[in-house]
Amino acid sequence: METLFSGLSILAQWQVIIALLIGSIGGVIIGALPGVGAPVAIAILLPATFAFEPIVGLTLLLGIYGSSMYGGAIPAILINTPGTAVNALTTYDGYPMTKRGQGHRALSLAYSASFFGGVFSIICLMILSPVLALIAPHFGSREIFLAALLGIILVVLAHRGQIFAAGMLAAFGIFLNTVGLEPVKYTRRFTFDQSWLASGIDLIVVVLGLFAISQALLLLLEKNHAPGKAHVSGSIFAGLKELLGIKRVATVSSSIGVFMGMVPGTGEFTSQFLSYTYAQKTSKDPDKFGDGSPEGLVASEAANNAVPGAAMIPLLALGIPGEALTAMMLSVFYVHNVIPGPQLFESQMDFVMALYMALISLNVIVLVFLLFSTNLLLKIIQIPTRFLGIMILVLSFVGVYSLRNSITDCALAAGFGVFGLILKRLDLPIVPIILGMVLGGIMEVKLRSAMARVKTPLDFVDRPIAAILFGLILLILILHFRTLYFEFRNKLRPEPTAEPVDADHPNQQG
Amino acid sequence: MIAKTLQDMFKRYRRPGDVVFAVLFLGFSVFLLTQLGEQTKAVKRTKWFAQPNLWPMISLWAMVIFGFLHWLSSAMSPRLLGRWTEVGFWVRSLEYVAYFLVYVMLVPILGYLLSTVLFAVFLALRTGFRGARTVGIAALFGVFVTVVFRAFLQVKIPAGAVYEYLPDSVRAFALTYL
Repeated sequence: METLFSGLSILAQWQVIIALLIGSIGGVIIGALPGVGAPVAIAILLPATFAFEPIVGLTLLLGIYGSSMYGGAIPAILINTPGTAVNALTTYDGYPMTKRGQGHRALSLAYSASFFGGVFSIICLMILSPVLALIAPHFGSREIFLAALLGIILVVLAHRGQIFAAGMLAAFGIFLNTVGLEPVKYTRRFTFDQSWLASGIDLIVVVLGLFAISQALLLLLEKNHAPGKAHVSGSIFAGLKELLGIKRVATVSSSIGVFMGMVPGTGEFTSQFLSYTYAQKTSKDPDKFGDGSPEGLVASEAANNAVPGAAMIPLLALGIPGEALTAMMLSVFYVHNVIPGPQLFESQMDFVMALYMALISLNVIVLVFLLFSTNLLLKIIQIPTRFLGIMILVLSFVGVYSLRNSITDCALAAGFGVFGLILKRLDLPIVPIILGMVLGGIMEVKLRSAMARVKTPLDFVDRPIAAILFGLILLILILHFRTLYFEFRNKLRPEPTAEPVDADHPNQQG
Repeated sequence: MIAKTLQDMFKRYRRPGDVVFAVLFLGFSVFLLTQLGEQTKAVKRTKWFAQPNLWPMISLWAMVIFGFLHWLSSAMSPRLLGRWTEVGFWVRSLEYVAYFLVYVMLVPILGYLLSTVLFAVFLALRTGFRGARTVGIAALFGVFVTVVFRAFLQVKIPAGAVYEYLPDSVRAFALTYL
């Protein structure tokens, strides 16, 4: 109880409240703008938050992260254009409802389901916190190394159909992290005698280039268009009541979102897919899925909104980010010398509690804001895409240049911007690069410290958690190769009865 | 039906230009791997796990192996039309990169406010916005960004060299807030 009050007092600071308001409402607007999205906004704001207290900076970024998916549902439902990529599934049932004149009902259900998913995941976290506090101290160097390795493997395997690309890009991320002066032996690594490379390649520069500048370039070069006009009329409070009738789907979808959010590399897409499939299979009316099913809409929105809260678990408990946005947030911790991981739960539980309460508050703020201002938002989002590109490019400068006033950083970020543009055009994943950079650094440090006490290879896994993690890694790899084997065997049959998952590119299965 | 559509949504497609990227990435990875001995050092009396060249070696070998497999899967797939048009699109992005770098170099000279307004207006005109209203909004956006980030958030951006020529009464204000 004392921790709870202590957390409340941290949250009650005026700077935190303002950050919460700006983050939550800004996140909704950013999410509703097709072509922007939370990663771009967080990448741009990241260096600015370094000047704030850690709780203020994190609240601002968490606000954007947690609320962008609420906003993304608006264009997905009303104009069949998902505001963020994770709202794509929302269009399946949201837009058909709009076409039937039930736009307000669809929006109301989406908001309610998102709120349910968001709050559900945070309640799970608060319940899990004492357990985490007990388990986290048992994570030593070798456990964290194995958890980071597991993260990398999951990130690569999660990109089904693009495993080779994900693998090479994750490895590229690990390589980027090694460039510069090595901190223990003080030898130079891949600096090519260039002084600007000696200090290494900053994660923020890479993040800004890959997410923000690449998106700006894409919007500036592609055909200009603006989201169509839309207006919603009718009560949007009714969904809160209607959700009670679909509480089973909402609860299971949120649980899937929580579980998937905790697993590195999986995130919103997988949780949405699993929830949607579950909802369809258990529905009394499965044929309506894809044609305006309220259950489908609830499954999709509850699952994706449960992820941000859950994604904080590996970050806070182990200091291991599971996806790009939490990887960016990790740098806010590092800048302020707050090291997420086992010690955080032991020594700064009030800080963790304040973060959880900030997450709950942002869900309430966003719900209230959306219930009263959806039509206003629909006007704001009608910005032409090329103008959005201009805005992102102008803002990207602040992000990169304010780091250390370096023109070289700007040039490097622009280079990564072109690289990100190519990846986006080719539909190749960017996230493995970021996670490779972050997890690669963690693996290097933790392997070095873990091996100092290891005499034989078996010593590495002689502690229970290390053994479990090692077993998980083996199991995941075995299951993956087993699936590949069965797919390959199916293909060898003269008349295959089952179509491969990636029918167009069976040889890219990895 | 819906299961098929969902499968379509989650599966990945090759796009034109994929093989060009695969070749370039593989070439880049191989080049870096050939530089491993030159660009990293193995330190004497240091165990393998603490060697500075361990992680560059692991990552570069992984880049080469995965890069080769990625190239192989691209090369074995049916050819897609429009490869060089796509490469042309990538190259066209360099134009905006050049504008961005000019803007970066102008900020310490002209100051953040003026260079941002000019940059936003120039980009608006370059991307085909001709109306006075849109150009005006672009200029206002430049002012807004300056006020929020430099004046309000006090983000570290150096003052413009031209501010030194401003009258005393305005100079201090400009140096701090613009």
